[in-house]
Amino acid sequence: MKSLLFPLLATLSFSVHAGEALPVGEDPVIEQRMVNLAEDLRCLVCQNESLAGSHAELAEDLRKEIRAQMKAGKNDREVIDYLTTRYGDFVLYRPPFKPVTYLLWLGPLLFLGLGGTIWYVTLKKRRALKDTPVDEKQLAAAAQLLDEK
Amino acid sequence: MKRWIPLVIFVILAGFLAKGLFLNPREVPSPFIGKPAPAFTLPVVGAADKTFSPGDMKGKVWLLNVWAPWCVSCRQEHPVLMGLAKSQPVPIVGLNWKDRDREAERLLDQHGSPYLAVPDDLTGKTGIDYGVTGTPETYVIDKAGIIRMKHVGPISPDVWKAKFEPKLKELGA
Repeated sequence: MKSLLFPLLATLSFSVHAGEALPVGEDPVIEQRMVNLAEDLRCLVCQNESLAGSHAELAEDLRKEIRAQMKAGKNDREVIDYLTTRYGDFVLYRPPFKPVTYLLWLGPLLFLGLGGTIWYVTLKKRRALKDTPVDEKQLAAAAQLLDEK
Repeated sequence: MKRWIPLVIFVILAGFLAKGLFLNPREVPSPFIGKPAPAFTLPVVGAADKTFSPGDMKGKVWLLNVWAPWCVSCRQEHPVLMGLAKSQPVPIVGLNWKDRDREAERLLDQHGSPYLAVPDDLTGKTGIDYGVTGTPETYVIDKAGIIRMKHVGPISPDVWKAKFEPKLKELGA
């Protein structure tokens, strides 16, 4: 029952919101700053949408809050701090560089290093193979095998 | 041995993906665990002259249940909360979140109220201060006013047994 209800409600609420235009603040400078900032923030309701683009009610409230704080003279850093103390780093699309995210940020370098090492070792092995003198006896055996066919 | 390596990598990767498939994406780690519950003072639904603030609950382990009359899963949760109100393991405070249609009082009169008090967060700002993303959400707050646990989504009897009961026991409720 629940599994049926949720998709149904989800489509319902979307169809209600779809026609509405985003409320635009009266100050275009603050509006631009707000949108710039909100594009790098995650909407917590539709998690793959940015706070700037989401039609979710919470996103609208948070945009309103960001606008109000910017109007009150807070800088971008302070607005982001306001959001992360409430919603955690999850709200940031660009996670900060700190111990829990080391693997996330350095992972690609780690894999590059791993790939480079494998590449180097393989090349070295191949070169070593090239340099081994050919054994006459083995060569004769190989020729014989080929002849047989 | 060497030819098993791709299979091993595949199994590990599949294991991670399978685990991810069964995680709840709504279950975002709350930055409030272990921190004091944000203060607020709000009027109480049904008693216009009274206000509620978390400080009133000092010395008690209590639940802050964020709900709304327009919220469907809150209705699903309501009978479970009613059961809890009867057995009284902990007091429950119901933050009425963004009730623009002013329905809370009528609804609680009609279906019964499991709440000790219903602070009225009309603007939704208090909810945002608690990091609410959608109703229902429930916070377990200890005797010193520290948030100890957050549950996102309706409380079912199973969730109560598995998640809340051990936590409350630990906190000495």
